[in-house]
Amino acid sequence: MNFLSDKTVDRLRQNANLPDLSGTRYQLLERVARGGMGTVYAARDQTLDRRVALKVLDVAVADGDLALRLNREARVLALLEHPGIVPVHDVGTLGDGRVFYTMKFVEGQRLDKYIEAVASLPDRLRLFLRICDAVAFAHARGVLHRDLKPANVMVGAFGEVLVMDWGLAKILREPSFAASQDDPDATILHAPQASNASADGTRATQITGQGTVMGTPGYMSPEQARGDIAQVNERSDIFSLGAVLRFLSSNPEQSSRSKAWPPNRALEAICAKATESNPANRYAAVSDLSADVSRYLDGLPVSARKETIFDKALRVYRRHTVAILLIAAYLAIRILLLVFSRR
Amino acid sequence: MNKVLLGLLLGAVLGAVDGLTSWFTPAVRAQLAGIVIGSTVKGIIAGIAIGFFARKVHSLALGIVFGLAVGFALAFLVAYLQHGYYFEIILPGSLVGIIVGYATQRYGAAPAAVPATTR
Repeated sequence: MNFLSDKTVDRLRQNANLPDLSGTRYQLLERVARGGMGTVYAARDQTLDRRVALKVLDVAVADGDLALRLNREARVLALLEHPGIVPVHDVGTLGDGRVFYTMKFVEGQRLDKYIEAVASLPDRLRLFLRICDAVAFAHARGVLHRDLKPANVMVGAFGEVLVMDWGLAKILREPSFAASQDDPDATILHAPQASNASADGTRATQITGQGTVMGTPGYMSPEQARGDIAQVNERSDIFSLGAVLRFLSSNPEQSSRSKAWPPNRALEAICAKATESNPANRYAAVSDLSADVSRYLDGLPVSARKETIFDKALRVYRRHTVAILLIAAYLAIRILLLVFSRR
Repeated sequence: MNKVLLGLLLGAVLGAVDGLTSWFTPAVRAQLAGIVIGSTVKGIIAGIAIGFFARKVHSLALGIVFGLAVGFALAFLVAYLQHGYYFEIILPGSLVGIIVGYATQRYGAAPAAVPATTR
């Protein structure tokens, strides 16, 4: 009797999981990534002749809660039309009953890989601000991400920042489309989603029961780690953003091109406030967190830290170094001229 | 604050300070008022010129070079008219030009863009 090797079994399993896209407008190209819920493939949209990313559940888990969750992820993405959030194109069910959806194929790098080449702290913080923009938009639409981490952020070829993987997202409240109701096109586009979102909002609580732990260790908030679903709100995402900020502001690996950054109390204070174990002590909104980071970038005082006179002087000096040195040089020259003119 | 106004104010203040330092030179102390007024006017002229330059040219390096050139030229003119104190007048005068050139490029607000429809 011949036994199959593990490698062969794995390959057979992968082939069994390959989605049968016959009957759809998509042509399978290659496997891109594997996630907890399913697999992402590169596919070609034959109608529009473009490359898309196709996320589909694995065969073994093609029914029940996970199918519902993947369907809901697509609808959440449809709610969130923002340059910082990967756009969904289509959602459907394959011939074998597996749920799939297609989205923009992002050609770029994961944030954790991308920043290895970004040695400048301000550049890293500007990336962070763009992540905050996307998350703040989602919160304004009543959606929590619940799994923010560097691996779930993609940086495109042109520097565009996209927040990915909304599989654990939670819809807090029915989104308001009041502002767009005057626009007939917007109404046509949004109305069905609004009703679906409403239904999904109910489903979300059914899918994620009290005591369920969802997120990534190191990035999930204490309330998520405890499975305290009732306590999970915008401040839970703020905790994750604080952890992402700490990751981004950590020293780059020493190389010939990069040099270690000095300890930065203001930035550490921002991270500490965002990642407070008590949600009430964190920033109230993502916009408050990003405003503090912007203030730090502009050399202004941050709300997370009360500064001493020495800190203030140091900050002003760092912000106006050249001007201060020029004036000091002018005064020094004046004093030297006086000293020499008296001799 | 727009760049011309910033240049004017900075030139006036630094020019006045520049003039006031002549108090420490007993030989010219009697002419202090005239020196301060002349130095302030010189600073204002330099500040306006550098401010207008900063409005047209957005380059820190060129702003500093232009400031140095204007500061040097005006200080040289003053020293030439006084027939002396070249070093004492030109060196700080040039540095004042550099400071105003840097400040107008770095801090002054650029004029608001005019909408295309009104052109």
